[in-house]
Amino acid sequence: MNTSKRIIIEPVTRVEGHGRVSILLDENNKVTQARFHVVEFRGFERFIQGRPYWEIPVLVQRLCGICPVSHHLAAAKAMDKIVGADKLTPTAEKMRRLMHYGQMFQSHALHFFHLCSPDLLFGFDADPKIRNIIGVAVKYPDLAVQGVMMRKYGQEIIKATAGKKIHGTGAIPGGINKNLSIAERDVFLKDIKKMFEWSRAALNIAKDYTIKNLDKLTPFASFESNHLSLVRSDGAMDLYHGNLRVITADGKKIFDQVDYSNYLDYITEEVKSWSYMKFPFIKSLGPQKGWYRVGPLARINCCDFIDTPEAEKARKEFMALTGGRPNNITMAYHWARMIELLHSIEKINDLLHDSDLQGTDLVVKGQRRNEGIGLIEAPRGTLFHHYKINDDDQIVMCNLIVSTTNNNEPFNRAVQKVAADHIDGVPKITEGLLNHIEVAIRAYDPCLSCATHALGKMPLIVTLYDHNGNEIDSMTKQ
Amino acid sequence: MTEDNKKILLLGFGNPARADDGLGPALAEIIESKNLFCVTVEADYQLTIEDSAQAAEHDIVIFADASENGAEPFSFKRIEAKESESFSTHSVEPAAVLALAENLFGSKAKGFILGIRGYEFDQFGAGLTQKAKANLQKAADFIEDLLKTKKFNKMSGTADFADYAEIIIKNNQFNLCNQ
Repeated sequence: MNTSKRIIIEPVTRVEGHGRVSILLDENNKVTQARFHVVEFRGFERFIQGRPYWEIPVLVQRLCGICPVSHHLAAAKAMDKIVGADKLTPTAEKMRRLMHYGQMFQSHALHFFHLCSPDLLFGFDADPKIRNIIGVAVKYPDLAVQGVMMRKYGQEIIKATAGKKIHGTGAIPGGINKNLSIAERDVFLKDIKKMFEWSRAALNIAKDYTIKNLDKLTPFASFESNHLSLVRSDGAMDLYHGNLRVITADGKKIFDQVDYSNYLDYITEEVKSWSYMKFPFIKSLGPQKGWYRVGPLARINCCDFIDTPEAEKARKEFMALTGGRPNNITMAYHWARMIELLHSIEKINDLLHDSDLQGTDLVVKGQRRNEGIGLIEAPRGTLFHHYKINDDDQIVMCNLIVSTTNNNEPFNRAVQKVAADHIDGVPKITEGLLNHIEVAIRAYDPCLSCATHALGKMPLIVTLYDHNGNEIDSMTKQ
Repeated sequence: MTEDNKKILLLGFGNPARADDGLGPALAEIIESKNLFCVTVEADYQLTIEDSAQAAEHDIVIFADASENGAEPFSFKRIEAKESESFSTHSVEPAAVLALAENLFGSKAKGFILGIRGYEFDQFGAGLTQKAKANLQKAADFIEDLLKTKKFNKMSGTADFADYAEIIIKNNQFNLCNQ
């Protein structure tokens, strides 16, 4: 007889869209399985069938209100292949990089100050009435202002490079449609010292917090895993472009310097009946052992070095914590994310001092192809865009693997670990359990983007079911 | 400061790819094309914390969003800064934007929310439904008139102006002074 019970938490607050957590208990109310369900919207891949390829970098931004720039650039990189633009002009590539680092900077700042800092500053178990951004604003007003202004700075860079915040048009197949004027550049240079100062301070908060609470954080939602990211040909971190590298939990390379155009030879996706979201894994290892993590933690673990001095110094400190071995502590994502925040502002500074941004050679073209693949390191992790077109320039195939999909299995592992550590024979959803599950998932900064945001949506519903599917407990938070 | 010189921010938000969820940005697009005096128009997928900095630079902030189950064709009401304890996503609610503006930047901006009734939110790439388009036009006419006359002093308390809006649309009059 099946004597398991199922606890469902739906959706998870402070992540994008609708997520749902279900926890399966055995007859002794011990956790046997945990699943993080995501209502991923796959309609986009069908929606763009028949659309001309040059529309895609603009259209694809509609996928996500949080990281439209990442989709814009990944699609543009795929379209570069289709128009035969294998090497962009310096102005085009640097404008795109500026856009991308602006996106990385604003996204990481938003996550840290809005979503993560309440947990770090007040503690996981603090009253939710103060454990939020308003609580931070009241108790740490300077910090909150910094978060807002850093986010704004990154958004303004996006506006200057992509054209506007919504439906930006900056990146086009084969290049870019504008350069950066001296006047635009000077606006950003005026505030860059402050951005450096605040990025360093944010990094110190994340680092000090992790080191101070290491005993508590090391086991929290943690597990050993493979890590995947793009790296430059010399092994450096490169958030805009590179080749695929995957390492094991102890740092051995599973594959390295793989041209991402061949990703299908190395990575495949499994469909599971209980989830809308696919489960990517490394083909050679199979689904049981081939899953991996992406995002800031994976990127810091995968790269050999960072090519900006302050972030490289921070990376070395980070790696020293685990004696040079990859860091598998889930909560270390926050520290890794802040290293990337500092790296991004260093990159932005370098680019703003590069006169290529004022160049006028914006677009190249070559021999047309019928297929294009573009990968980029989005704030939340590696993002795959793959398209095929027909002879009439229309899209006939689209496959996207978004960062949150890449982290699908790790979400489940993190939730299972937290649930197993907190549920001790009592089949009840407590505020503490809920908080800890949210903290674990938020470490990955998932973007379950596909929900609408109309007035009246987004409640938090927590439901407990027994092994027969009968509801035995429920909690709703508006 | 006179009513005419008040700085107004109109923030339309929502995802245009999600059918009627795009009503907010669509309203923003219409109003932006009018080039109204002292009116700043922004559109975004959702509200986030940095909107508080821009809100603080204005005297009045109007948030325009799609409404899933509000009054037809639209509702318009005053909102107060509110310290919400629950933040569902990376985005923040209009009242929380005002609260952040107040707490962080000393803003005294008055806030209003325009909820344009939509009907379809799940279809990807479908565009606005016909009924939503009709509601959008009525809302745009109402807001354009309000932004020209700047008679926000009539908008006090937290009363829902849906009934009033329906009345003035019926009479084809949009000047709130005639209330």
